[in-house]
Amino acid sequence: MAERLSNREGIKGMANPTRYGIERFAYWIQRLTGLGLLAYLIGHIYETSTIVNGKIAWNQMLELTQTPQGHILLTLVIGMCVFHTANGIRVMLGHGGIGVGKPGQPEYPYKAASLNYKQRLCIWVSIALAALAMMYGASVLFGD
Amino acid sequence: MAVVAAKPSEEPKSNTKTTGQTDTITLRISRSNPSEGQESTFAEFQVPVQKWTTVLEAILYVKQNFDHSVAVRYSCRQASCGSCGMKINGRPALACYTKVSELDSNVITVEPMNNFPIIRDLAVDFKQLISNHKKMKPFIIREDSEVTPDSKEFIQTPQDLEKFLQFSYCIKCGLCNSACPTMATDESFIGPQGLAQAYRYVADNRDKGKDERLKIIDDSHGIWRCHFAGSCSHVCPKGVDPAMAIQLLRGYMLGFRK
Repeated sequence: MAERLSNREGIKGMANPTRYGIERFAYWIQRLTGLGLLAYLIGHIYETSTIVNGKIAWNQMLELTQTPQGHILLTLVIGMCVFHTANGIRVMLGHGGIGVGKPGQPEYPYKAASLNYKQRLCIWVSIALAALAMMYGASVLFGD
Repeated sequence: MAVVAAKPSEEPKSNTKTTGQTDTITLRISRSNPSEGQESTFAEFQVPVQKWTTVLEAILYVKQNFDHSVAVRYSCRQASCGSCGMKINGRPALACYTKVSELDSNVITVEPMNNFPIIRDLAVDFKQLISNHKKMKPFIIREDSEVTPDSKEFIQTPQDLEKFLQFSYCIKCGLCNSACPTMATDESFIGPQGLAQAYRYVADNRDKGKDERLKIIDDSHGIWRCHFAGSCSHVCPKGVDPAMAIQLLRGYMLGFRK
């Protein structure tokens, strides 16, 4: 009831990347990859912890990851890791006021200086780096 | 003129585009009255438009000719008062500043802005926005005054002025708060409007209240909840660029700026 009265968009609105340009898309992907990496970290800790159960248990776990599905998962993890790092550096610099433009007299049609080409370029470079890393990772994992 | 109520999820499709000549569009207006328990429905109206017709004029046409009970807040009709903010075809915008022809569709859907409580139909409650604005102490803080007979005016160069001028153009329309992804989930967040106004005064060389303001925004629902999605700056109709103000303000918090 309170939510309906306040008319908040909620998680559905927060996670909608389609309406406000590539910056909002990068925000959405950054959050998604962050959650993905957190899930991977938990899985990774579980995977490596099997070594305390002995060599056989460890080898059985390794066999589980040496499958096409396991390789696809690792390829995705590589992509998530590279995008999250590269875009994260852009966001961190931005948070310090670096690369967000200078205040000035706004002139019609009021293009926001903080949403400048450098920011957009960094987002595209992050996507490209993630794609390249995934391709290289996939070629190594599936190469044998 | 028949008024048809449809479910909010039903989106009529249109294959024709608005031309510069007199044309007819379908205006879908969200009707609701939450305090009376009335759920949101859409009322559809056929409205004649020309290439210069704004969305506000289309809504006022509906009020004058079909249904005077449509609730909409407006005043100046020239993007100066910040009253007519609403969601137009899914994006927050000023109705008086948005021409029907630039929407490139013959079906225009207007809804109340998100992240604000609905009063009725398209009118939303600005209580939280105004209260957060006031929280930022939107005035010059200093001991002396330039209005007493024995004092001089405070010196400010054009360069000093440029550091905050664009942020003083805020008309408090609330579009930035409506587009903000953090506002969508955190009801206590100060919001881009309030944070941009905090920067406007922190960057003013006449002001001595920087530490006071930085203390207010250094909160779990304050400046740290901004993730630089930039949506606020995308929708700002006055070029205020709240995203830039927030990042520059955070520069002060992180010690990159003095």
